[in-house]
Amino acid sequence: MAETQSECKLWVFVEQRKGKPAEVGIELLGKALNLAEDIGWKVGAVLLGHQVEKLADEILSYGVHEVIVADASGLAEYHNLAYVKVLERAIREHEPEVFLLGATTMGTDLGPRLAARLRTGLSAHCIDLELNDTGELLAVIPWSGGNSLGRISCPRTRPQMATINPGIFDMPPPGTVRGRIIYINGAVDQSDFGYRIVETHHQEAKPGDLETAEVIVVGGYGVGREENWHHIEDLAAMLHGAVGATRPPVDEGWAEGNQMVGQSGRTVYPRLYIGIGISGHMHHLVGIKKADLMVAINQDPNAAIFAHCDLGLVGDLKDIVPSLIESLKGYSQ
Amino acid sequence: MRIIVCIKPVPDPKYAGREVLDETTKTLNRQDVPSVINPLDKHALEEALRLRERFGGEIVVVSMAPEASLPLLREALAMGADRMVVLSDRRFAGSDTLATASIIAAAVRSIGPFDLLLCGDETTDSGTAQVSPQIAELLGVPNLMHVSSVQVSDEKTFRVQSQIEDGYMIAELDPPMVLSVVKEINKPRYVTLMAILDGEQKEARVLTADDLILDEPWIGLEGSPTQIVDLMVPEKKTKAEMLQGDARAQAQTLADRLYRMGFCHG
Ligand SMILES: Cc1cc2nc3c(=O)[nH]c(=O)nc-3n(C[C@H](O)[C@H](O)[C@H](O)COP(=O)(O)OP(=O)(O)OC[C@H]3O[C@@H](n4cnc5c(N)ncnc54)[C@H](O)[C@@H]3O)c2cc1C
Ligand SMILES: Nc1ncnc2c1ncn2[C@@H]1O[C@H](COP(=O)(O)O)[C@@H](O)[C@H]1O
Repeated sequence: MAETQSECKLWVFVEQRKGKPAEVGIELLGKALNLAEDIGWKVGAVLLGHQVEKLADEILSYGVHEVIVADASGLAEYHNLAYVKVLERAIREHEPEVFLLGATTMGTDLGPRLAARLRTGLSAHCIDLELNDTGELLAVIPWSGGNSLGRISCPRTRPQMATINPGIFDMPPPGTVRGRIIYINGAVDQSDFGYRIVETHHQEAKPGDLETAEVIVVGGYGVGREENWHHIEDLAAMLHGAVGATRPPVDEGWAEGNQMVGQSGRTVYPRLYIGIGISGHMHHLVGIKKADLMVAINQDPNAAIFAHCDLGLVGDLKDIVPSLIESLKGYSQ
Repeated sequence: MRIIVCIKPVPDPKYAGREVLDETTKTLNRQDVPSVINPLDKHALEEALRLRERFGGEIVVVSMAPEASLPLLREALAMGADRMVVLSDRRFAGSDTLATASIIAAAVRSIGPFDLLLCGDETTDSGTAQVSPQIAELLGVPNLMHVSSVQVSDEKTFRVQSQIEDGYMIAELDPPMVLSVVKEINKPRYVTLMAILDGEQKEARVLTADDLILDEPWIGLEGSPTQIVDLMVPEKKTKAEMLQGDARAQAQTLADRLYRMGFCHG
């Protein structure tokens, strides 16, 4: 039996584990609907898994035109080769112009393999997307060095692919259902798995996690050495906030990898951001989606970060931070 | 066991931000920034060395890099790799991840059968984390990313721990395979002076496009499916209000503001 042909030119992969969709997939649907509307395209959400009918209905409520579902027991757990096989088959059959994925551990593993199999281009870890009226996708990424962003296109091959960081786009509100569910071939063999999953371990998100914190104090390379890192932690504790880091402190081992804020790290939306000893690279700044108040402390009055902040303090953090903690103590008594 | 390790020279991350962007050519001026082997690639090599200690065999290092980085790349031989293949050709310049992966995959084919190909999870300069799964795809072998532990019971089955969003999974697979490692996997060894002298004696071959059987349309800038369109400078907030006075006075002003905005807790 031939598959129902998809009418959607813009496909978004909505990843799920254990029937729970990754938020980034829904965020991307919202963005995709905005982009597609301008040039009269339709948006399809692509869902792979086993017994995912309920989830397909839920996704439909975000106003997409189609939920394109492959439902098979072989897709119950994520195996990259099996997922690549199903997606390659569907993409060759339905020929979408654009294929988007979240830059999650799954998306960044699946995307590159799929792009290589299709011999098409994939822009990694994008922080914005544009679609011009000829249907050309421009993917925006922070550019190394200098405070600039680069725009990447995929002029000759289709689909145009991109992975997009979680938390960049807002979740669309669930609204009226207007689309349909179409089923695609999800058949895979054991031999398509590549690896055998022996066990999986999930940890619960802890309070104080960067994504949910109202106050985030972020330390940079200017902290200088591990023995100074307590300044960042002390201030965060004083403000009941979470501790973040730029990349160098993570590389140096002063902070954990999951504390990194920025393009390769987390995207955050605190009410208050305080950046300490941070120069202000785009790679870091793109991770701060919004904050009511952004404060920077840096000994260099010309540091780039001051052009992106509300309040600036110039001086050695080893002087300013202890003074600040003292002054704050005065208010909390 | 034959293990291939892919390594890339990158600008020393310690100097990040000190490169200057040439606005007209859109390239980075890295003249004054020393290069190092991509930090995660050293973890990949360390894992290979540990496996060879247990199972014997050969470690071949592969790098697509300018010939000028040969002295730097020799550090991998000093660490203990047996030999090195450096892929260097003007025609490779401007390759995106797919083009880079095609070139490396062609080199790997020319080396012959392997059990394990190790990569870093990502580089510190381009940081796409795309090259390794694409090498795996082009070679038609399974891969796992974000690998934080590798255990081999006999030489047949690898038990691999791989990080996922909110935890990790343990998977088993059979060679050949591509694994991309994170820094939690091990601590790379230091190289001694003796090892450096040893490394000088080992084979480092430079291969050009003519030495490889390449999928011609897929190399270099021309053959890359992604293209850089332009660079833009994002809009800035109006410059920050700079607080006045010495450290103590500035800190006091900030504390006042934070208190008034309700950020001070009892
Ligand atoms: C592909 C890619 C992805 C990346 N992803 C990320 C990411 O997700 N997150 C991230 O943060 N980075 C990321 N980076 C790295 C990024 O480009 C910068 O290198 C990094 O953000 C710089 O960190 P920094 O500002 O802490 O350090 P630096 O740029 O070294 O700045 C240190 C600052 O501290 C100041 N300072 C020094 N001493 C003191 C003192 N005693 N008191 C006060 N101030 C002081 C200095 O004036 C300077 O401005 C990425 C890079 C690449 C290539
Ligand atoms: N030019 C290259 N030569 C050899 N290996 C590379 C090269 N580029 C990337 N790699 C490998 O692929 C991994 C991921 O790189 P990237 O996709 O650039 O983040 C690196 O850690 C290396 O192991």
